[in-house]
Amino acid sequence: MSAEDLAAELLEQVRRQAGPGAEAVVRVEDADLALTRFAGSAIHQNTAESRRTLHLQLTVDGGRTAAASTTRARDAAGLVEATLAAARLRPRDPAWPGPAGPAPLVLPSVADRATAEADPALRARLVGDFVAAAGGLSTAGYVQTSAVRTVLATSAGQHVGGSATAAACDGIARLPGSDGTARQVAAAAGELDCAALGARAAAKARAGTDPSPVDPGRWPVVLEPPAVADVVAGLLTGQFQARAALDGTGGLRPGEQQFDPAVSLTDPAGLGLPFDTEGTPKRPVELVRAGVPVGLTSDRRTAEATGGTSTGHGGPASATWGPVATDAALAPGTGGSVDDLVAGLERGLLVTDVWYTRVLDQKRSVWTGLTRNGVWLVEDGRVVRPVSTLRFTQSYLEALAPGAVTVGSDVQALPRTLTSTAWGTHRVAVPALALASWNITGNAAG
Amino acid sequence: MMSKAHDVPVPSAAYDAAAAAVEAALAAGARYADARLVDRRTESMTARDGDVRTLDQSTTAGLGVRALVGSSWGFAALGDPDGDAACRSTGARATAIAQASAAVAGPDVDLLPAQAHVDTWASDCAEDPFAVSLAEKGDLLTGVTATMRAAGVAVAEALYQAWDTRTAFVSSEGARIGQHVRECGAGMHCLTVGEDETQRRSYPAFRGQYGTRGWELVRELDLPAHAERIAAEATALLTAPPCPSGRTTLVLGGEQLSLQIHESVGHAVELDRILGWEAAYAGTSWLDLDRLGSLRYGSELMTITIDPTLPGALGSFGYDDEGTPAQRRYAVRDGVWVGVLGGRDSAAVAGLTDTGSVRADGYARMPMVRMTNVGFEPGPHSLEEIVAATDDGVLMEHNRSWSIDDRRLNFQFGCEIGYEIKDGRRGRMLRNPTYTGIGPQFWASLDMLAGGDEWRAWGTPNCGKGQPGQVGHTGHGAAPARFTDVRVGVRG
Repeated sequence: MSAEDLAAELLEQVRRQAGPGAEAVVRVEDADLALTRFAGSAIHQNTAESRRTLHLQLTVDGGRTAAASTTRARDAAGLVEATLAAARLRPRDPAWPGPAGPAPLVLPSVADRATAEADPALRARLVGDFVAAAGGLSTAGYVQTSAVRTVLATSAGQHVGGSATAAACDGIARLPGSDGTARQVAAAAGELDCAALGARAAAKARAGTDPSPVDPGRWPVVLEPPAVADVVAGLLTGQFQARAALDGTGGLRPGEQQFDPAVSLTDPAGLGLPFDTEGTPKRPVELVRAGVPVGLTSDRRTAEATGGTSTGHGGPASATWGPVATDAALAPGTGGSVDDLVAGLERGLLVTDVWYTRVLDQKRSVWTGLTRNGVWLVEDGRVVRPVSTLRFTQSYLEALAPGAVTVGSDVQALPRTLTSTAWGTHRVAVPALALASWNITGNAAG
Repeated sequence: MMSKAHDVPVPSAAYDAAAAAVEAALAAGARYADARLVDRRTESMTARDGDVRTLDQSTTAGLGVRALVGSSWGFAALGDPDGDAACRSTGARATAIAQASAAVAGPDVDLLPAQAHVDTWASDCAEDPFAVSLAEKGDLLTGVTATMRAAGVAVAEALYQAWDTRTAFVSSEGARIGQHVRECGAGMHCLTVGEDETQRRSYPAFRGQYGTRGWELVRELDLPAHAERIAAEATALLTAPPCPSGRTTLVLGGEQLSLQIHESVGHAVELDRILGWEAAYAGTSWLDLDRLGSLRYGSELMTITIDPTLPGALGSFGYDDEGTPAQRRYAVRDGVWVGVLGGRDSAAVAGLTDTGSVRADGYARMPMVRMTNVGFEPGPHSLEEIVAATDDGVLMEHNRSWSIDDRRLNFQFGCEIGYEIKDGRRGRMLRNPTYTGIGPQFWASLDMLAGGDEWRAWGTPNCGKGQPGQVGHTGHGAAPARFTDVRVGVRG
């Protein structure tokens, strides 16, 4: 049965079993996810998954809501029956915002046929490109392709469909005591340049051998795009979403010059499906304009609570974690290349990547984490030696304060997460940043 | 092998479907194949500030086939396969994927020889979580969140989660194993918001407590008895003095110790990390196989077992997802590193016999090395005795943040609540307690460990690893413990 027909049948089953007053959001997802992993310069895990999943959110009595999903696509009636039974038993939710009504899509589907049809031989070739370009260094990483086709319909009349593809390569090249990394995400596998990534990772690894520690303290830093992506992702999760604002757990000061004027952040919503899991069409959202917080991402519940309209950021976890941007873009600045930013450091650190970052205080956005895949000491504008792994404990909000930031000119589009759902790969497109102060709180000695 | 329970975990048709997939994988050229037909039902409910916020139910049913060709595994998964042909097609696809890997091949992979078991196993479950009415479960969560909210907190949340998983496993070596595992758990937390910071308190653990048990586990937690207390503590934390900075004696509560074990022992002894198979993402390990059996991991008080046979613990099972029966082994004994978490392929590569720790997150993920139950056995002391024996130190309880490097050496943890210890007595409450260290140095400073009623197998329901991402369920036996000369009070 086609996804369109199945969505229609689900809605009909809702009407038949729950009556005309029931409200429903039905979603039929067809997903093909494939990922080829390599380690020791050889493919060691190679996976592919195909599935159809039916999702139903059903509300009765104006606020008794239950959600359910199943991969048993031939049992639409059973899904409705079970969901209805659950909805009738749960208490009424006074803040239920109701299902999305008719609204046209704002953005087109971004799907590439060749990526949707990618086979393991294509992924193996891309892996081979990365491995070969590393020039004999041991390599590890993955190449992923994914394709999602979704039909969504609501009892309030919204009916949308779309498809999305994504491809990503993320790898490291390794020498004893030194790893270098490079990664890329795109809507089409043909846009991936895995050879360039392998060469970049190898160059980083070669430049990082025999690292030694530096003392903890506040250091000026240049963060390369992989590290900047973590900073941006942390701010998206805990700050630039309406749930954090409603709860008072965020630390944004809307309308004030909270960040350096060189900082402008948006969610262009250019990767993934053009609508969210509630059926709201996605649209570009401006979050920071020239250092001033001007927007938040929202779903229907948080939008209603704040008196606005949903920005289309409802997702599988938005009820729990908040409606978080999935395709963030930090605008390029005038700082030039990473080398140019390094040239501006009198004494500081060049940090390629960070790892295992966890928030200590949500309100100030204080995060701790470690450097990974390369750190270097910079003196008089030149890289002078590699540095071993460092721990930092830093407020991401305060790191971007006015006067503290120089924004690089070259943007890299990086995969933010490898989602385990069919809802797609998230992207963070960011340039490098030079920051006046970064709080290093530990090194290899503790 | 005697099974724990002789129910019928899976219907016979499930074995037939898995067997068809294995046959097709072999026919397509695999030298080994196994298949799992998994039917998993989940239910979760969250409440916030006195209202149910979400109620989610899902069924994920499908077939996952693993095929070995040369040096490479191929894995193919299909949701809800419709008949024999779909199963066979998925098996053949797994082999084709493995064959494609030959373009970037490594050395051949062998599997450690293993007995092919034909058996069934089921976890104990006194009260089926799915049979408890949604109204009762909703009343529990809304009640405790209303209580916390009434006590003045900014946000009060509670949740329960339940899983019911039936798996039919068939291998090309003749294994045929059916398992039925039921898991559940619950927890609650609240947030208070001050001028410049937020404070959080949770019960019984920061993400709840879970086990391979039924709803009786949730009843034993008695969430309502603790709601007012944690709300009051979250409020008091806003005005408590900050944890001092410096080096001191550190006493950890059992829940925090369980996460310390998880992060700085459990992941470090995963053989795939040690071999570099996870180097690009999860990371490697500071452990070198050449020193297995001789490396001092910690003090002589440190004995850590790998034990998926622990009744009711979240990482328990009858067989892992490549058909190896659950068995208890040591990871660290009297402070010396003696064992790893491994599987048939990784153990063969390493020249070891440590198998039985290969698990998958549902039908659609490839089995990989995962923790089971990794933890301490009960120690000789009590928390009261530990505090009484401490002249000057800090007690930290309930995790708030965790971070560790990709070799599992340099860690930093934040806890929800701390207490000053002076002259053998628990003193003032301390806010924002954190501690940091290097794994072997930290474990070498372990000098007191509690046991008795204070020991518990804490469940971790969200251990992330692998690409595509897999969520693992693990258990960690832990009790309050004392460490000397630890750096505390790191701030940003």
